[in-house]
Amino acid sequence: MDTFGLLAQGLLTALEPMNLLYALIGVTLGTAVGVLPGIGPALTVALLLPVTYKLDPAGSLIMFAGIYYGGMYGGSTTSILLNTPGESASIVTALEGNKMARAGRGGPALATAAIGSFVAGLIATIGLAFIAPTIVKMALSFGPAEYFALMILAFMTVSAAFGDSTLRGLTALFIGLGLGLIGIDLQTGQARLAFGIPDLLDGIEVTTLAVALFAIGEALSVAAGKSSSSTIQAVKGSVWMTREDWRRSWKPWLRGTAIGFPIGAMPAGGAEIGTFLSYSVEKQLAEKPEEFGHGAIEGVAGPEAANNASAAGTLVPLLTLGLPTTATAAIMLAGFQQFGLQPGPLLFATNPQLVWGLIASLLVANLMLLVLNLPLIGVWIKLLTIPTPWLYAGILTFATLGTIGANAAVSQVNVLGLFTLPVSFELGMLLAFGLLGYGLRRFGYPIAPVVVGLILGPMAEQQLRRALAISQGDLLILIGSPIAVILLLLAATAVLLPLYLRARGRGKVLAQLGASED
Amino acid sequence: MSQTDHQQAKRRPDRAALVIAAALAIVAVVIAWSTASHGVGANYARVGPTTFPYFIAAVFLGLSIWTAFEAFRGDFPEREHQEISPILWIVGGLVAQMLLLKVAGFAIATGLLFAATARAFGRGPLWQTIPIGLVLSFVIWIIFAKGLQLSLPAGPLEQLF
Repeated sequence: MDTFGLLAQGLLTALEPMNLLYALIGVTLGTAVGVLPGIGPALTVALLLPVTYKLDPAGSLIMFAGIYYGGMYGGSTTSILLNTPGESASIVTALEGNKMARAGRGGPALATAAIGSFVAGLIATIGLAFIAPTIVKMALSFGPAEYFALMILAFMTVSAAFGDSTLRGLTALFIGLGLGLIGIDLQTGQARLAFGIPDLLDGIEVTTLAVALFAIGEALSVAAGKSSSSTIQAVKGSVWMTREDWRRSWKPWLRGTAIGFPIGAMPAGGAEIGTFLSYSVEKQLAEKPEEFGHGAIEGVAGPEAANNASAAGTLVPLLTLGLPTTATAAIMLAGFQQFGLQPGPLLFATNPQLVWGLIASLLVANLMLLVLNLPLIGVWIKLLTIPTPWLYAGILTFATLGTIGANAAVSQVNVLGLFTLPVSFELGMLLAFGLLGYGLRRFGYPIAPVVVGLILGPMAEQQLRRALAISQGDLLILIGSPIAVILLLLAATAVLLPLYLRARGRGKVLAQLGASED
Repeated sequence: MSQTDHQQAKRRPDRAALVIAAALAIVAVVIAWSTASHGVGANYARVGPTTFPYFIAAVFLGLSIWTAFEAFRGDFPEREHQEISPILWIVGGLVAQMLLLKVAGFAIATGLLFAATARAFGRGPLWQTIPIGLVLSFVIWIIFAKGLQLSLPAGPLEQLF
């Protein structure tokens, strides 16, 4: 089998000492930020981009992937012990996990989450390795019209298909698309929406936007809201799972993986959808459904597996098609671009060592995470005791550090015609987008579509114009192939079906699942 | 519709949502106006550099109308009460950093941001937190500017070293 050979070669790359070190740094950082409230994998990768600018591309990307995986592991710890999910994909884990912790079964809850994540990560990464070559082969036949349709599908699933409002999802997406217009048009060299400001000609930096929306928006919204006092549940009793726990956990792990991986891989949005689905499936199939809501171990095992499997799944469209479907994936794409690499089918041909090294390193990272998480759980819990003021003060310090480091340019701003002041333009953008992020949070707008829109919007526009250049302006080329038609139909379904369900009063299910336990 | 049943008597119309609708409409106008006033270049292709901006402006207008509609129906989620002063502290810290970065250097500017953020979360007093922030930012400056060659502006404090 060809894939085995490539994967084995990748393992050789992944096992190089430097790459092992990068993976270790990645998973450690990832776990830490997953555990800490207010800072997630997307923000961490965004903050690290400027720092890794001068490092080795393969190593940096391995580190980013480690952060992504680690964030998924770490998020479960906060959900279970603190009932405040560290990232959105762990919301469901809090439902049963925190109940288990309150009943003194925090140890087994953490263990089933960690081992479930490992099992799911392992299977899903192998799935990624085997599916990727097939998709790459198919994607090589894609023309601009197919890519355009694919991006429309991604736009719609990311913004409109899930979450509690089609309107707010679409608005967030178009804010991102609108920001993507700013700067010089790549095909004609014409400046668009720059308003005569030279700093805007290069466009909006993805990292600035992401750091502002995630770090500053989050800090503002936490500071302005009433601080909810949540208590850490101490881990009492044995950390290890009983025979009964194992018996009840292994099927949910496998089912969670089977649900999470395709959802992550399908351009169907973030990891949280798989966790919601897995939770309801486990509730249906449970031997003791009455335990659900009071700490059923299946309700932790399934969603945690689904969560990690989706994370691996989102790497399928990212690596094979260059299509990010989550905020973290979008920023990882920016990471690839920073090194002059464009993920997609061609990358598998031009840089197989890097791609397969990255995939293999995910297996390594997964193993590291299991080791880091089970015995060292006490260390991670200590992170939760950092007082909020210091935590957020530190987050903002690092957020601005990354922005300043990436764009040190200073503009002279004339204040009321009296005197000129040297001002860091990028920090001004950071502040403006931070306030935008606060507003988005305040009114229930999702954040990820803004980031995905900014990075994918210009790419979609280019593909569209390329397609129309080939067809000499004939719009019919957009529906000229069966694949494009199917993708566009799926995109339409992704918008219309949830609208219909919500109108019938059934769309509340997802929103309620997240909100029933605050 | 069953949806309207559990939307009990809320303030209708939702004024904040109307403001959002107005903001979206303004964005639409700004994009369209900016595109119209700059799109002078010869345009042979049917889909040129101005097509996408016009399309996005049109969608913004549509979203604005939709938002206004939802504002009147009271479809926006309930919002918690918000404290204003923490926001002012954080924004003030960011503005101070932005203005002082070049003049006073990374450590002083960022130290002030650190202290202001801690203050926003209720930790003070400033005469204690500012020195903590200064020391922390200075250590960060040494690690990242000297160690990792990141270009962080140096001020009087950094130039001592």
